[in-house]
Parts: sequence; C-alpha cells; structure tokens
Amino acid sequence: MDYSQFLVMKQEIGLLAVFLLVFLFDTFMPRGRQGAVGMVGCILFAIFTAFGFCPSFTCGVTDAFSGMYNSSAAVVNIKNILNIGALIVMIQALRWADQEMTRIRRGEFYELLLVTLFGMYLMISARHFLLFVIGLETASLPLAAMVAFDKHRYESREAAVKYVLTAVFSSAIFLMGLSFVYGLAGTLYFDGIALALWGEGVNTLLIVALAFVIAGIGFKLSLVPFHLWTADVYQGAPTPVTSYLSVISKGAAAFAFLVILWQAFGQVYSQAWEWMLYALIILTITVGNLFAMRQRNIKRFLAFSSISQAGYIVLGVIAMNPMGMSALMYYVLVYIFSNLAAFGVIGAIENNSGKLWIDDYKGLYKTNPRLAFTMMLAMFSLAGIPPFAGFFSKFFIFTSAINQGSIAIYVLVLIALINTIISLYYYLLVVKAMFISQDDCVIPNFRSACSERLALWVCVAGIIFLGIVSCVYNHLLQVAA
Amino acid sequence: MDITLPILILSIPLFMFLLLGLLGMKMSHKLAGTLGTLGMGTVLVLSYITAFTYFFSGSPQFISAAGERLQAVIFNQTWLQFSDTLVIKLGFLLDPISAMMLVVIPTISFMVHLYSLGYMRDHHGVYEHGFQRFYAFLSLFSFSMLGLVVATNIFQMYIFWELVGASSYLLIGFYYKKPSAVSASKKAFIVTRFADLGFLIGILVLSYYTGTFDFMSLTSVPVDGMADVYHVSENTAVAVKGIFQSSAAPMFMGASVMTWALVLIFMGGMGKSAMMPLHIWLPDAMEGPTPVSALIHAATMVVAGVYLVARLFPLYLMEEAALNIIVVVGALTAFYAAMVACTQIDIKRVLAFSTISQIAFMMVSLGVARPEFHHGIGYMAGMFHLFTHAMFKALLFLCAGALIHAIGSNDYTAMHGLRKYMPITHITFLIGCLAIAGIIPFAGFFSKDEILTACFGHSIVWYVWMSVVAGLTAFYMFRLYYLIFWWKEHHVHEGHHAPHDQPMTMTLPLIILAAVSCVAGFVPFGNLVTWNGKPMYDSMGFFTNLQHLDWSVAAISLAVAIIAIAIATVMYRKENPLPDKMANMFPRLWDWCYHRFYWDELYMFITHKIIFGCISRPIAWFDRHIIDGTMDSLATITNKASYAIRGLQSGKVQMYVWIYLAGALLLGAITAICLM
Repeated sequence: MDYSQFLVMKQEIGLLAVFLLVFLFDTFMPRGRQGAVGMVGCILFAIFTAFGFCPSFTCGVTDAFSGMYNSSAAVVNIKNILNIGALIVMIQALRWADQEMTRIRRGEFYELLLVTLFGMYLMISARHFLLFVIGLETASLPLAAMVAFDKHRYESREAAVKYVLTAVFSSAIFLMGLSFVYGLAGTLYFDGIALALWGEGVNTLLIVALAFVIAGIGFKLSLVPFHLWTADVYQGAPTPVTSYLSVISKGAAAFAFLVILWQAFGQVYSQAWEWMLYALIILTITVGNLFAMRQRNIKRFLAFSSISQAGYIVLGVIAMNPMGMSALMYYVLVYIFSNLAAFGVIGAIENNSGKLWIDDYKGLYKTNPRLAFTMMLAMFSLAGIPPFAGFFSKFFIFTSAINQGSIAIYVLVLIALINTIISLYYYLLVVKAMFISQDDCVIPNFRSACSERLALWVCVAGIIFLGIVSCVYNHLLQVAA
Repeated sequence: MDITLPILILSIPLFMFLLLGLLGMKMSHKLAGTLGTLGMGTVLVLSYITAFTYFFSGSPQFISAAGERLQAVIFNQTWLQFSDTLVIKLGFLLDPISAMMLVVIPTISFMVHLYSLGYMRDHHGVYEHGFQRFYAFLSLFSFSMLGLVVATNIFQMYIFWELVGASSYLLIGFYYKKPSAVSASKKAFIVTRFADLGFLIGILVLSYYTGTFDFMSLTSVPVDGMADVYHVSENTAVAVKGIFQSSAAPMFMGASVMTWALVLIFMGGMGKSAMMPLHIWLPDAMEGPTPVSALIHAATMVVAGVYLVARLFPLYLMEEAALNIIVVVGALTAFYAAMVACTQIDIKRVLAFSTISQIAFMMVSLGVARPEFHHGIGYMAGMFHLFTHAMFKALLFLCAGALIHAIGSNDYTAMHGLRKYMPITHITFLIGCLAIAGIIPFAGFFSKDEILTACFGHSIVWYVWMSVVAGLTAFYMFRLYYLIFWWKEHHVHEGHHAPHDQPMTMTLPLIILAAVSCVAGFVPFGNLVTWNGKPMYDSMGFFTNLQHLDWSVAAISLAVAIIAIAIATVMYRKENPLPDKMANMFPRLWDWCYHRFYWDELYMFITHKIIFGCISRPIAWFDRHIIDGTMDSLATITNKASYAIRGLQSGKVQMYVWIYLAGALLLGAITAICLM
C-alpha cells in the first residue's frame, strides 16, 4: 500500500490532530486547569481553519485509496466553509459549556463536535458509498450525545432519544436503498455506478433505491417529509448544538447530496430524481414556512425556518451545473453566518435570562439594542432582503436553477419566490416583536460574554460584507467550474 | 500607473463618510470638521498628482507615440458576474475629461469643506445642529462624484449617479426641520429619479444591443481607425459598429433603437443637469446650505449630465438626431433660464437660474460639436466651460453665502450698499461677475467665446441665439451685483452689528477661487482635452489657446457683454424708476419671467389633476380592493393551511417513522407512475 496517499487527506489528518490534542488536554490536565479546554479547542481549531486557506491544500493529487476518497478545490472549499461555521459555534458555546451543570464534561462537547466534523469531512470526500456510510454514522451518532448534553433537562434527553430512533431508522432505509443500488450496479463506487447506469433504462428498482437514498440523506437535510424529528430535537437540544445541527450538519449533507446525485446518478437525472427533488423542494419550502408561521418558541421557529432554507439549498442540486455547485456553497456560507447570528443572540439571551419565547423578545430593542440589531440583520439576511448576504445567496441559487432552463424549473423557482414572501412575514414578526411591540416584563439589559460578542461580530461582518464583496462568490464560481 | 493613488482617492472620502457618520456624534464639532477638511485636502493633493501624471508625465500608458491622449484603465475589478457577457465591473478610468474632473471636484469640494467651517456657525461661534452629519454627507457626496467621473462602464456610472442623487437629497434636506427644505429635497429626488428612469432604460437598451457596458468598447466605435487608438477588443468594436451602421438596425417608432437609447440616456442627463423641462428642482434645491449649493448645485453634480454626454460623445456623433435634440433643449433652456434670472429677487435663485443657463451653454456646445469643424472645438469648449464655470460659479455662490451669513437673508432688498462693509466679498463677487459675463481676460471669456465659435461653425442661428443669451447673462449678473453692493442701504448699521467680511476660513476660499477665475482662461485646454485625444496645437504654451479663439466672434461677444453691462449700469447703478418702467412696458413678459413661466404650476396641474386624479386614484382603488383582497385571502388560506397541517408534528416518534416511510415509498411510487 502506498502510504503517501494519506497526504491527500491533509484536512482530515489536521482535524484528527486537533481532536487528539484537545482530548489529551482534557484527559491529562489537572482538575483545576481543565476549564481552559474550550479555549484551547477554539484556538487549535482556529489555527487549523486558517491553515485550510493555504493554497498548498488545494494542489497535488486529488484521489486516494483507489478512488474511494477525493479531494478537489471545491471539496477543500466546502470544508473550509464548514470549518468557519464550526469555529463560530465553538466560540459561541464557550459560555454555555461553562455553566454549572455541564462544566464537568465541557471537554467532551468539543471532542464530540470535532468527531462529527470528521465524519462530515468523510461524507464530503467519499466517492464510495462504504466510506460515505462510515462518514454518515460518524457524523450522526456523536450528535445524539451532543443533543443529550444537557441531560439534567428533560427536553434534552427526550430530543436525544427521538434523534437516535429516527436516525437509526433513516440509516436502515438508506442502507436498504444502497443494497438495491449495489444489486443494480454491482459496485459502490460513484463513478462505477454512473458507468453501470450508462445507457440503461430506468426500472422500478432503481427508482425505489433512489427514493431510499434520497430519503436517507433527506433525513440529515431535514427535507419534508423526513423532517419530523427536526423541530423536537432543535427545541430540546442545547442551543449551541442546535445551531451546529442546523448549519454545519446541514451544509455538509447538502454538499454530499449534490456529489452523490451528480456523480453517481447524474445519468438518470431527468428520468428519475429530478421529479423527486421537485416534489421535495416544494414540500420542504412550503411546509417549513407554514409551520414556522405558527411557532412561539424561538428555537422551534428557527427549526422550521431552517427546514425551509434547506429547500432553497437543494435548488442548487437540481440545477445540475457548476453554477449550482458554487451557489450551493455560497448559500451554505451565508446561511452559516445568518443562522449563527440568530442562534448567537438566542444563546446569549438564554444564558442570561433563560427566555426562549418570541413574546419574550418584545421590547428587546429598548434594553439590548445591539443584540436586537444583530437579530434583525440575521432575520433580514435569512429572509433575503438586499443588500444583506442572504439576498445574494438566494439570488445566485435562483439564477443557477433558472439556467437549467426547463419550464418545470421556472414554476419551481416561482413557487420558491412566493415562499420567500411568506417567510418574510414570519421573520419580520420577530423583528416586530423586538422593535415595535411593547411589553411590561422586558428582558433586562445585560452584557454578553466576550466570546459571544466576538462570534456575533464575525457573523454581522459576514452578513453585511459577503454580499457586497463579490470576490467570495466569484472565487467559489471558479472553484466549482 | 500604480493603483494606490486611485484607490486612496476613492476610499478616503468613503472612509471619512463612515467615520463621521458613525462616530461623528462622539466627536467635537471642531474635530469632525477638521477631519473632514483634512481628508478632502489629502484627496485634493492626490488627485492633483494623478491628473498631473496623466497630462504631463508622457508615459506611454497615457499618451501614444503620435501624441494622442489615451484612455487608461487603472484598474477594473469584476463586481458582479451574471454570465459570461453580462458583467458589472468597478474600476478607475483615466482620460482627459476624467482627469479634468479630478481637478475640478476636489478643488471645489475642498474649498467648500474649508468654507463650511466658518459658514456652519452662527455669529457667536456656535456650531449648527448636525454639523458632523453635514461633513459626513459632504464626504459621501465627494466619494460618489469621484466614483461617477472615473467610472469605467456605464453601469458603474449609474450606481454612482444614484449615489450623488441620494447625497444631494440628504444635503438639500439638511435643515430637515424646515418644511420648505424637506419638500425641496423631495422634489429634487423625485424629478431626478424620474429622469434616471429614462437613463436606466437607455442603459439597458444600449447594452442589450451592443452587448457591453464598457465605455472603452462603446466609445471606440464611430470613426474608422479609432479602435486602434483605444485598445479594445476588435470583436466588440465591430459588433457595436454593426449596430450603428447596418441599415437593418432595429427600429422603434420611426427612430433607430440607438437614437432612442441615446435620447433616453440624455434624459438622465437632463434631470441631473436641470435642462428644461426637468429643471424645476434646481431653484428649490437652494434651500440647502449655501456651501452645498456651491458644491453640488453649481459646480459638480449638476454638470454630471454634461459629463455623461461628453463621455458617450463618440456614440452621439453617430446619431445626428440625438445631437440636434441636445442643441435644441440646451438653447431653449439657456434662454429661458437667463430670462427668469433677470427678474428674481432671491440672490440664490438668480444664481440657480444662471447655473441652469450656463450648463445649457455646455450642452449646446457639445451638441454643435462636429469633428469637421476645428477638430470638434465644441467638445473642447463645453469641457472648458465646465471647468471655468465650476470655478467662478462656486465663487459666486460662496460669496452669496458670505452675504447671507452676514445679513441673515436671501433677499437682495435687505442687502444694498454692502460694498463698504464687505470689501473682500465685493471684489471677489465682482470678479465672478466679470468672469461669467465674459469680459477679457477672465476665465469665462475664453470658454464662452469658444462655445460661440463652435455655434458659429454649426449654424448662424444658434450663434445669434446664444450671443443674445450671453448678453442676458452679463445683464442679470450686473443687475444682481449693483443691487447688492451699490444702492443706498436701507438700514442704518451701527457699531459691531454692522455686516463685515467673514472669518478667514470663509474669505480664503473666495480669494483662491477669484484668483483661479482670473487665470483659468489661460489653461491650454485645446492641448489637454479634446474629443479624440489629439491635441489641437503642437506647443503647450500658455497663450497658444488664444489661437483657437475666433477674434471676430470674440470681439462681437465682448461688445455684446459690455453693452449689456452698460444697460445694467444705467438701470441699476442707483435707485431709479427705469426698471419699474421697463417692467410696466412688458407687463405680461415680466410677469411670466418672474413666475418662471409657470413651470411649477404646470407640473402641479399635471401631477395633481391629471396623474393623481385620472391615473393614481383608479389604481389605488384597484390596489386596495382587488390586489389587497387577493393578498388577504392568500394570507387567510396560508394561515388555514398552516393550522390544518399542525397535526403532522405530533411529537410521537412512531408517527414520525411512519410518515418517513410513507414519504419515501410515495416518492418512489409517484416517480415510477409518472415515468410509466
């Protein structure tokens, strides 16, 4: 075996090194100094993230292990994007991990998080379903432990159980779909499957197999109707875990979804999965919106908002052109900043006052103008109001879909556009509560922790500048082409 | 050329705007004003260096071996890429006119920054409310205007075009507690925005048919061999040329689409440059602080329309019809505004109408420019007049500001006889008047006579017409001068309350601008700014530009100006019944002039009676009942649907799993059935 192949996996190895260092620190540091583990994790991970932007990460050999593993410029980029998001989550979590009940095991949060990220890396880089499944499980199972992190809280435990049960079920369906695929193609390599499907007609077995595969990944992306776990888990999980679930996990799954559908099943695009995605996108965006309108709990509200956002992300998959890939990556990047800004504000407020209802936010502008302002930016960006980044990400993803050019996709984009108007309604409800509504028991003024403020500043900068500074998107477009 | 200077020129004002806008309230008034002024001073130095490098360095990037000045793109960054061909770039273009504007804008802007340090305080030295905001807006305006003139493509120009519009709106409405200022700012914004609609459509038509936004590709077209001068891709040049020259060029309502595009773009210029009938906002814009009027509504922003036409001049050359429209609009506006200026009593209004009239001069000059006549002297003269006019009109406005600051009123009847009290203002104002009247050797003489020469070369009718307007200009300026500085003062000014010259920060800009107005005419413009970059003469000497004066034309116009001044002297030197007699002799004419030919009333009638009554009301009804009704019912349906499906989220995992499975199977089944 050629061991130099491991050099292709620079990012995975780097991440493992960070993980091991954090793990060692956590295990062997004397009790008194363990408090620094979060900070150490953040710093190490920040260094690692910075290294990811070195040009040397992109050049050289891209395939390893007889084509099971692949690393291209686009792959490195999406990993970098996920790194940024994970870093922000880690910084935001510093304050929360330090609370009374979880203090003793705070190191584990960072370790679990790094492991799941490692799993996502494998999902993204996999060009063979075996490696993909390993990545998927590595990314899923530790998440259950993270969801249950606040196990002193009943909701946290309940959420973890629900997550484990549905995840296991979805894995089963996914594996069943894979076994069908193996039966049809005789291989689990993506390009092998594509080769086997070349020129073949579409039969019922393939369609069922595809439906199961899509359902399996749709679970991670929380596409309707595979989304039902989302709201309960998001609400019950600790806020940093929710934010991690809603952006990083989703971003990785979206990119892997794109790679699988394009590379393994690109041949049967128009015959099989195009229509499935149409249905899923329309359902996801619409149902997500309809539910989001009714929510009174802010985390549950963001859960449904993130469901409908996932629908927009999948528009990039259906585009089937390089622009779709770049638009998807850009969308994920912008979504990371917008959603993490929202969750950062929620986390700060939860840490200080424990309030989680939208009605609690009434009059927030009077007492905490900066938090209210950040939340407003996040909502505007999520709703896609120019000139914030969210507008551009929606714009590019719609453009990429339109470029695909069929009548059906025009209808699809039209429906998506109508849904953005509906989404505007509920995003603005939050803004209205903060800025216009009056309330007697307003959340009192407080100063959020340094770490929280740092993370929020980064997010605000991202929301404001990512759209206006065009070179980000242009770079992604080059990478994807 | 290095990109550092251009980047700094644009980023310093932007930074100042952000700094003063965000942190201004935390600074002292003095610090904010000083910072803004210093920032502008830096920009002034840097732009002078840039312009000097462009004109005189002789670098092959700027001047060809044959001595032609080239268009040089210093940088051109892709900002938004929609497709392979549809790209919006932001960049920095240096060519004769943008380099000239790099001199004009920072000069005036710096003077105004300096002047405002004194102007924006009252007599007790108390700063006006919103002083920091004022400087922030000034910086925003300077940034936008600089971005406009160095635009490399028409879309960038449009972006900055709107930005100057916005900053003009903010500055006119600076005294936002004064209802008249608020309505003036709204008026300016709405009128120019309406004109920009035409501009935008023009841009879209033009770029749709030519396939490019880029000025380099667009303007390299018309004359054979020009593509070699401007180094652009042959393909684009050929494509654009094809649109213009093929007999099968698309037509729309009897004119080719290119004529339409150029006329629509000119409409945008009409709005910004206050050409009739879109001029109505400019007199009202005088509600803003006077330094703003000097900067925006006299020297820089209002000439953006002229600059736009000059920028696309090679395209306009291809369309005779568009140029003729420009001439007619310009000539009518010039005459109209001069007539009105003769009757106004508010000194800023007189100056505003004078500005309209002078900008119209520039427009006419561009309109009559033809390469056949004196190497397109009209183009050069228009740009020259833009340059000199910026200097002396800013001077006049700043003088007016000093007077208003001293007296506390815009009305000249409150002024009379000020020459004893404010000698510096008196002398500088007189220089401004002589310059605008076109008396040798002040700046206006040279530029105006070149315009008249160009008119003469085009058609004798326009020559006579514009000479009459030039005479009117001299007349109303000296009328204003005598009314302010001569006559017997009405009020007895006692002791320390007597009006006096203003502090140094205010008089220094007056003196500088007056000095510039004296000598600007000797700048060898024909060698610096021409329509195709070829210098008109071989040598660069300061007096060579006198060669392109047609001395017979000059003598006539000088005579006209002197006669006009003489008439003004007779009528207004001392208080006498002559003006009233004149007014009574032509009561109708005087009345129309005094009421600005009732344009505002006409607009009120059209907007209120016709547009609001016949169009807006029915649309409002339709909106309120049909559209809102549809939306309301949609919202109700959405709400109901949302209520109906809430059961899906039961919280039971068993249920979730069933739905999951059913979903996966249904997905497969439906697809399978669809494909059967």
